Amino acid sequence: MGAPVKKPAKAGLFRVRILNMTAHSAPGFSQQLLDFPRHHARSFLALAAVLWWLLYSLLTPASEALVAMLPVDRASHLGGALQFFLYDAPKVLLLLTAVVFAMGMVNSYFTPERTRALLAGRSEGMANVLAACLGIVTPFCSCSAVPLFIGFVQAGVPLGVTFSFLISAPMVNEVALTLLFGLFGWRIALLYLGLGLSVAIVAGWVIGRLKMEQHLEDWVRDMPKVQATTGDQGLTLGERIAAGQASVREIVGKVWPYILGGIAIGGAIHGWVPEDFMASIMGRNAPWWSVPLAVLIGVPMYTNAAGVIPIVQALLAKGAALGTVLAFMMSVIALSLPEMIILRKVLKLRLIATFATIVAAGILLVGYVFNAVL
Amino acid sequence: MDIKVLGTGCANCKNTVALIEQAAKAKGVSITLSKVEELRDIMGYGVMSTPGVVIDGKVVHAGGVPSREKIESWLV
Repeated sequence: MGAPVKKPAKAGLFRVRILNMTAHSAPGFSQQLLDFPRHHARSFLALAAVLWWLLYSLLTPASEALVAMLPVDRASHLGGALQFFLYDAPKVLLLLTAVVFAMGMVNSYFTPERTRALLAGRSEGMANVLAACLGIVTPFCSCSAVPLFIGFVQAGVPLGVTFSFLISAPMVNEVALTLLFGLFGWRIALLYLGLGLSVAIVAGWVIGRLKMEQHLEDWVRDMPKVQATTGDQGLTLGERIAAGQASVREIVGKVWPYILGGIAIGGAIHGWVPEDFMASIMGRNAPWWSVPLAVLIGVPMYTNAAGVIPIVQALLAKGAALGTVLAFMMSVIALSLPEMIILRKVLKLRLIATFATIVAAGILLVGYVFNAVL
Repeated sequence: MDIKVLGTGCANCKNTVALIEQAAKAKGVSITLSKVEELRDIMGYGVMSTPGVVIDGKVVHAGGVPSREKIESWLV
């Protein structure tokens, strides 16, 4: 038994020693390059911005040149689809990298602890607005939803305000907004931002009005109250850059296949599925039940903003109405069955049901208003 | 050295456990690594965002997978 256990440990030690030796004997160019952002933070930011801008402005000519080199007719369907893909895919990825990097740096100012301290002890109303806005900039992973929830309530953040934050944080985020901006334009991105915030603010406010504190699980109510503190901060610019790079690795590294898939679907189905395929069931003149149906279908689906974009792309391309599609997207991201099951540990059934009903109602309203206005 | 990873069992928490295991093995530091998955216990440490890391009863990290350098700085 002893030998096979010992062996890998030895190999591990050995490997580390070799790595250390190379690092010491050659503090060479690659190491200097890696340290550059940390030691020359401002120059790095300026350089990165210039480089990014250059790449971005090269997109159109580069994609045209690439298609021209391929043995396809530019005017043909395939040629158009290819140019669209070769232009859109790098464009969206470039945009996403820039935004995620910037947000990673901004996020390092808004830790959950600081957000909690900002919200603690405020009365409802403006605090709901503040909570929904902080939801955009506070780093948030869906598995943290419950600890965050308890942490907020423990520090005396009102229940309704906590909900405003909890609704806005996953739904209105930089990835969703960038993708909407890159693929459908700033108008749709801004609309999504405004409506997402409105749903979070109003739903949180309504939940606060209903005075449902007694529907928290008993052990949550009995937790000792804590003083909200901001936690230790004061990172250097170099450390914030490192935070930005880390979130690019984590987020862009995770979502790029969805984005490429989504754009490929968007390009490919152009010629294959009839333009008004979805129009009869999800289009502007579809029956009234198409919006609730879209929301209902969205609830059991559980994915992040990037995962839902391919579906959104396909639906919109095939004549589905924008309001119906946005309602679907919001319900996929904001209302999910797995999240409800986790929330059940801290909320009694009645409060969960109220939460789901109010958010669903808000999303429905968004869908109908959009369809009516546009 | 007693290390606890706080988290309700999401992918990031599992990554954190794996990273600490790897780093400890590579450095040859002996540790006892355990996971705290019960919400009530996690909250008892005053941690709001998971995964969190507790070393010998003290919270050293919360909110996200810790970087390799950070983990290595604990293992001394």
